Amino acid sequence: MTDLLRIDNLGKRFGGFIALENISLAVPAGERLGLIGPNGSGKSTLVNCICGTLHNEQGTVYFDGRSVDGLAAHQRTRMGLSRSFQLPRPFVSLSLLDNIRIPLLYAVAARGAHGSTADIEARCIDLLCEVGLDAKARRLPRDLTQVEMRKLELARAMAAEPKLLIADEAMAGLTHSEIEDILALLVRLNERGVTIVLIEHIMRAVMSFSRRLVVLVSGKKIADGRPDEVMRNPEVERAYLG
Amino acid sequence: MIFSFDLLINAVVSGILIGGFYAAVTCGVSLSFGILDIVNIAHPAFVILGSYAAYIVNVSLGFDPILTAIVMTPLFYLLGAVIYQVYYVSFEKRGQESLRGLAFFFGLLFITEVSLVLYFGVDYRYVDAAYIGPSLHVGELDLPLRILVPCLVSLLLIAVLQLILKRTFLGRAIMAVAQDHFALRLMAVNPVRIKRIAFGISIATAALAGAFLIIIQPVEPSVGREYIGRIFAICVLGGMGSLPGTVIAAMLLGIVESLTATFYGPSWAPAVSFGLLLLTLAVRPAGLMGR
Amino acid sequence: MRTPIFLIIWLVIAAAVFAGAVAFGNDYVFFAGYVVLQYVVLSTAWNILGGYCGYVNFGSAAFFALGAYSTVAIYKFYPLPIVLLLFIGGAVSGVVGLGMGYLTLRLRGAFFAIATLALAVVMETLVVNWDYVGGSRGAYIIRPEEIEPIGNYIRYLFLIMILLAVAAITIARLIEHSRLGYGFATIRDDELAAEASGVPTLRLKLIATTISGALMGMAGAPFPYYIGYLQPSSTFGLDYAVNSIAMPLIGGTTSWVGPLIGALLLGSLQQIATVTISSAVNLLIVGCLLVGFVIVAPNGIVGLVHKYLQRKPDDFVGRRKVETDAPGIVP
Repeated sequence: MTDLLRIDNLGKRFGGFIALENISLAVPAGERLGLIGPNGSGKSTLVNCICGTLHNEQGTVYFDGRSVDGLAAHQRTRMGLSRSFQLPRPFVSLSLLDNIRIPLLYAVAARGAHGSTADIEARCIDLLCEVGLDAKARRLPRDLTQVEMRKLELARAMAAEPKLLIADEAMAGLTHSEIEDILALLVRLNERGVTIVLIEHIMRAVMSFSRRLVVLVSGKKIADGRPDEVMRNPEVERAYLG
Repeated sequence: MIFSFDLLINAVVSGILIGGFYAAVTCGVSLSFGILDIVNIAHPAFVILGSYAAYIVNVSLGFDPILTAIVMTPLFYLLGAVIYQVYYVSFEKRGQESLRGLAFFFGLLFITEVSLVLYFGVDYRYVDAAYIGPSLHVGELDLPLRILVPCLVSLLLIAVLQLILKRTFLGRAIMAVAQDHFALRLMAVNPVRIKRIAFGISIATAALAGAFLIIIQPVEPSVGREYIGRIFAICVLGGMGSLPGTVIAAMLLGIVESLTATFYGPSWAPAVSFGLLLLTLAVRPAGLMGR
Repeated sequence: MRTPIFLIIWLVIAAAVFAGAVAFGNDYVFFAGYVVLQYVVLSTAWNILGGYCGYVNFGSAAFFALGAYSTVAIYKFYPLPIVLLLFIGGAVSGVVGLGMGYLTLRLRGAFFAIATLALAVVMETLVVNWDYVGGSRGAYIIRPEEIEPIGNYIRYLFLIMILLAVAAITIARLIEHSRLGYGFATIRDDELAAEASGVPTLRLKLIATTISGALMGMAGAPFPYYIGYLQPSSTFGLDYAVNSIAMPLIGGTTSWVGPLIGALLLGSLQQIATVTISSAVNLLIVGCLLVGFVIVAPNGIVGLVHKYLQRKPDDFVGRRKVETDAPGIVP
């Protein structure tokens, strides 16, 4: 079976600074992949390159069997690749409901699934329920707490009905039970067939969720395998304990 | 089209000289737009303001325009500081720069120009100084002093500005503030204050550029509009914030304009700078993520 | 309210205004009214790209002038009926809008704005150097005296412009309530996030530029007949740029209502001012109002009215009402 996401020798530099070097990765469908690494190791840059927000000079990204080179971000989203942003980027002049509506109107509709306005609205409310924001459905993002904005961010990424969802530090600042809720949500998504890439610093969450762990340090992939094996890797220990 | 080597050489040299002056007009925007990311589209209006300031003093007291401008720089600095403060409080703080900040400066451009029209009328104004009139003759070359002197002083101004940016703490803080607000705060430097100072300097340069302008050519309020295209064409071509780049781009523009005017006629002149700007923007890899 | 009902209501209002103007007895009302209505179209058109998408166009004058000069170019060949000229002017400006958008819309907002200014000047220079349309000397168009059954030709022009204005606000409202309107709002709020959510931002921006440009061109097409003598310097004048930016910003940029209010208020003010004081003071007032509103009332008159009525601010593109108890500063 071909991998859902395959990255071949990806490289990205900003002027003289090498952000990513020779990153190769294969993610089969249905995987629960954890991506960890110290701050500044290039995790978000990698996500940006995969999703088309940034252009990688070297290497190729394959999604669902096709090369996505040259495809704009919105085209990749339509193919089924969705991500949440590390720093939430809500549409500030739209209500939460409308924020969720956007991917449904554009990404999902482009695949040919046209629902009535009532259907779409019901789907939006459902999504907001899943992250616990349905009470504030008609409010603006500026009325949300930081934590609620992260949840909105995740819900919006889910609204695109992706085949692969990249959750970029969606759990920062959440309480213990909120983390459990989000993890349960991601597990539910995965059981429905969505491949999940989880980027997190909260080790407990990453370890319990991931079936496979990838470690990025200074733009290079230094480990890739089962979580318990990866954590025993001396290089990884060095990277985290200095 | 009469082609003669003489004409060509003089056109190129004239272009270089006027380019030096263009660099002085642009350096303020290299600072405010290139480095600080503030789209001060009203900069040409402040240059014209500087021209009129030099004019008033010259006509009433007979002082040399360039010396007048040097004396005026603190006033213009203050003006810049005030404008930045308003801009910051109203727009930057709220994240509204893109639409409303732009409209703000556009409004300022208009208000300044129309106020000058109301106060001075639309007649051309000019100044009197010892170096307006005579020319230096070097072999085949004809170097009018009224362009040569401002050109040289312009280059001096830019050299001083470059020194400030590269060698002083203030200068390096200015370069840093665009890139990393937070780091600057950690060093106990207030980024807002730095930007205010920088913007003040930017408008102060307009005072000098204005004096140069009225030495080179007679001025009336709408003259500023031609310079909008020139300034931004040079700023973008010169690499957005690099002063040496500004000088080179300015001279390049000066030469192209000069050649166009000499061989094709002056009615095509406005299209040159604005056309160059469009070309640069079209070819330049500026996208959503990068500068 | 469904769109057809909206359209009918405004057509009725337009008919009433026209009848009122006829009853007024003095044809001057048509001359002044034409200019105000022209600005309704220009502001509404500008707002589609500027207010809805957040991309500032400094070159409104260019699209307006292109419409006008298309009319002149065709007139010299064969004087076609104005309604046809409207569509031709609109088509020309629409295509140029598309082209300009294709060249410049990949740029950040600030660069785009500067590029629009550059384009306007380049276009003006091209026209000034094109002798067929009169170049810098200008071009004359003979306005017919009368047209059956309306009477004086100026009334016909006024009628055309008021219908165009109704069309413009209907189009704007249609956009707001459609998927396109949602898409535009996301471009304004966060283009990067919009792309990531599946919104084809470049395509939408091109649509906005084309519609905006086309409407401006249509506003310009009858202008030669109105003014009689067309001159590049005034047709490409910066006052069109300032007004088409000031009116939506003063009125309110988030919906079709703002540009309408801004144009009616500011346009009428200027018509009165030009008669009583000089046109330079007129422009000064516009500039000051623009700066003042942009600093003090960023949501324009519409925003002020909402705050005054203490209604929950309806401060986004035509969506259903939203609840919020946050203080008034726009994020």
